[in-house]
Amino acid sequence: MMSAEQQYIDLYTECRDMLDKHSAPVLNALREEAFANFQRLGFPTQKVERYKYTNVAEAFAPNYGLNLNRIPIPVNPYEVFKCDVPNLSTSLYFMVNDQFYGKQSPLPPKGSKMGGNSSSEAQANVGVASNDAHPSISPLGDGGAIVCSLKEAAVKHPELVAAYYGKLARTSKDAINALNTMLCQDGLFVYVPKNVIVERPIQIVNVLRSDVDLMVNRRVLIVLEQGASIKLLFCDHAIDDRSFLTTQVVETYVGENAHLELYELEETHVRNTRFSNQYADQQAYSTAVLHNITLHNGITRNRTDLTLSGEYAETTLNGLVIADKEQQVDNNTLIDHKAAHCQSGQLYKYVLDDKARCAFAGRVLVREGAQQTVSQETNANLLGSKEARIYTQPMLEIYADDVKCSHGSTVGQLGEQAMFYMQQRGIPFEEARMLLKFAFAADVLQTIKLDALHDRLSYLVDKRFRGELSKCEGCKMCK
Amino acid sequence: MEEKNSFVREVAEKKYEYGFTTDVQTEIIEKGLSEDVVRLISQKKGEPDWLLEFRLNAFHYWLTQEEPSWGHLKMPKIDYQDISYYADPTQKGQAKDNGQKEIDPELMKTFDKLGIPLEERLALSGTAVDAVMDSVSVKTTFREKLQEKGIIFSSISEAVKEHPDLVRQYLGSVVPYRDNYFAALNSAVFSDGSFVYIPKGVRCPMELSTYFRINARGTGQFERTLIVCDDDAYVSYLEGCTAPMRDENQLHAAIVEIVVMENAEVKYSTVQNWYPGDKDGKGGVLNLVTKRGHLRGANSRLSWTQVETGSAITWKYPSCVLSGDNSQAEFYSVAVTNNYQQADTGTKMIHIGKNTKSTIISKGISAGKSQNSYRGLVRVSSKADGARNYSSCDSLLLGSECGAHTFPYMDVHNDTAIVEHEATTSKISEEQLLYCNQRGIPTEEAVSLIVNGYAKEVINKLPMEFAVEAQKLLGVSLEGSVG
Repeated sequence: MMSAEQQYIDLYTECRDMLDKHSAPVLNALREEAFANFQRLGFPTQKVERYKYTNVAEAFAPNYGLNLNRIPIPVNPYEVFKCDVPNLSTSLYFMVNDQFYGKQSPLPPKGSKMGGNSSSEAQANVGVASNDAHPSISPLGDGGAIVCSLKEAAVKHPELVAAYYGKLARTSKDAINALNTMLCQDGLFVYVPKNVIVERPIQIVNVLRSDVDLMVNRRVLIVLEQGASIKLLFCDHAIDDRSFLTTQVVETYVGENAHLELYELEETHVRNTRFSNQYADQQAYSTAVLHNITLHNGITRNRTDLTLSGEYAETTLNGLVIADKEQQVDNNTLIDHKAAHCQSGQLYKYVLDDKARCAFAGRVLVREGAQQTVSQETNANLLGSKEARIYTQPMLEIYADDVKCSHGSTVGQLGEQAMFYMQQRGIPFEEARMLLKFAFAADVLQTIKLDALHDRLSYLVDKRFRGELSKCEGCKMCK
Repeated sequence: MEEKNSFVREVAEKKYEYGFTTDVQTEIIEKGLSEDVVRLISQKKGEPDWLLEFRLNAFHYWLTQEEPSWGHLKMPKIDYQDISYYADPTQKGQAKDNGQKEIDPELMKTFDKLGIPLEERLALSGTAVDAVMDSVSVKTTFREKLQEKGIIFSSISEAVKEHPDLVRQYLGSVVPYRDNYFAALNSAVFSDGSFVYIPKGVRCPMELSTYFRINARGTGQFERTLIVCDDDAYVSYLEGCTAPMRDENQLHAAIVEIVVMENAEVKYSTVQNWYPGDKDGKGGVLNLVTKRGHLRGANSRLSWTQVETGSAITWKYPSCVLSGDNSQAEFYSVAVTNNYQQADTGTKMIHIGKNTKSTIISKGISAGKSQNSYRGLVRVSSKADGARNYSSCDSLLLGSECGAHTFPYMDVHNDTAIVEHEATTSKISEEQLLYCNQRGIPTEEAVSLIVNGYAKEVINKLPMEFAVEAQKLLGVSLEGSVG
């Protein structure tokens, strides 16, 4: 039997030229090394501690198509899909698979949306695919911030991209990084110059769209210079009923005194497999708020590695997972305290039902000299059925003495007393369960600082618990 | 402040009191491990064929395995061919009329010096002792008295001869030789350990205890302990260990198996004080032990209590398999590491029966340049309805160069289970110290007091005599509470 790695090795050797041709030199420069590393590493087995709960080789075994020739995919994202957050003024961009759809054009006023509120100021970026899918880099607002295709940025600003690309997500240790680096051709580039504050949140809608089973290798590079600030919202959707396999590598640099908010929301379907590796490096006095929310999916593995390199940096990493059917979600986090006086907080909540199999592994590493570290990690899980499984593993590894670190983890059910209390007051059983589940999830939602997004997510979570496919209004699938 | 803190210094520089060697003629077989060595050990012990076969199976399995490396430890390379697998210090003794060997007075002196009286009349408290030096059990006290109640307490080699059926039935049933690398090694070359059988309905009238001592140079100790507690029975078992100071690493790879039947209760306590190596991390015992209890019967109970202060490396997870409905398991641990000691210890609680309960309390104290890890697994199988677990792991750091780590694993496959885990890591807070200082307690005493209180939850679980020793080991006096 052919090993799962072999088809990717063959693919690369056969299509090397094609990959290069449709990408940029800066991205091409790392391919060979990544390929060598991938051949050496192979897919991690479940004996590898960080991949204990996900069978990687199995997920990568099926034969997926790849769009290496960058054939434009005929889609008008706006027509089939409308996923914005009411009452939240955002700059909206689309990505179809791994291709960035540029131009921003004001959205004509829309009719009534969810909640009857029509005051959406959302700007949508309607990209009808054409051979010229990439627009010129358009500065956002007055500060010169850039949101554009990674490939385009790599061509126009090769030094800037080369200085950051592949530096955090090293290919020598992780096969997913290696695979992504050797196959990715495009993705997203976000750059905020020194002291520029981007007020309006940026929303990136990732749409998976294909007529055949497709593999997508998406790459995201986010650079915040000193004192910069930005809020990003990524939504992953799949609009075709095909199997998708996505690898995504996100590298984030948060400069001194910079502020980043990054919300990642996955709302795909059961035939979607996602491997996302997210890396972030924080300099002194910076703050980062990261959310990983999985509402609907097939197999998801999110790895998040945060490094606190500068003193007094603060990080918040929260997650919410709602899984049922045979869904699998594996969140694997590492917070690396390298400098003194940093703070980190993690809160991950899981609500499982049916035959869902989920895992949480969070490691907090406090290195020698990282004195005065404060770290708190919490993982709480609700099991709703007999077949649901949860693996939880909060870890502390501490090499400094003057620290305050704690973690807690619980697995349990809805409180009998609370259920009884509500039923006594005439709330039906199912409704009471729903309320309690919602209250459980609300702990994570409350930490979302954008009110409108919080409202929208609350609505989606509520819908999700009611068993309605929580797709956005106006989407082709949900009509 | 650190410099002035004499308690920290005391902990960090504490001398090892048991580092002497006994000059006794010991028969040591040649170094190296092969099938012949396994056969030789079996032959020296005059074992039946089935046991030899068990050893050989284990040996062949061991050959196919690789030494594990997943622990949070820096293991020195162990040369398995540079260890002698059998050392018998009683060889010189003459056989007496009743077939028992007379004990060399030097050995008696050694155990006296360690505070282990082998003369029954000298025993102050009702504790029966099985004293094991190197590969051989030197003496087991109070055997006759225990026999009156039907309790079997002897070395495992004697039990193999006297109660072959019982040993055969249970040996390897809790820890099979395929369990792990060191379990396979032990199963191939194991020497003496204790065998305990408590018959139905008997409450063991005294504490049973085994004292392990490594003496000979260039040897390893591979003892094996098997405890079977039948229906409605009760036993409390203690284990203590020391070794001489040597600049080489000595290997200690033991297996402890415990079987607990219906309504029975077993308490297993360990005060582990193997030689930890000198302050530069040279020498010391590698303590790589597999300990597991199987709660087979309904309403059975098992508790592990351990105070780990010795060993250069401690790598062990005393575990419980809760098969019987309503069974309960407890794990209490204090692990102290200083200088270059390393510990990766914790427990596994495998819930299989219905309404099973387990509690884990672990306290780690790291000083010097040591690394101290808690690693634990709580697994609730899909059949274990109503399972309940509570785990709490605290770490205390004394000194800026040491490390404290927590790696809990929770695998829950049942929606009626309630599993909780919490862990904290911190140093002694300035507030606590200030509070004590304000009340006239000097800083050293205050630290001692706080550490004492910190470990008390576990030490309280130890039987009286052991608790005293454990407190001494922690270098902390119980006297003087805050007024």
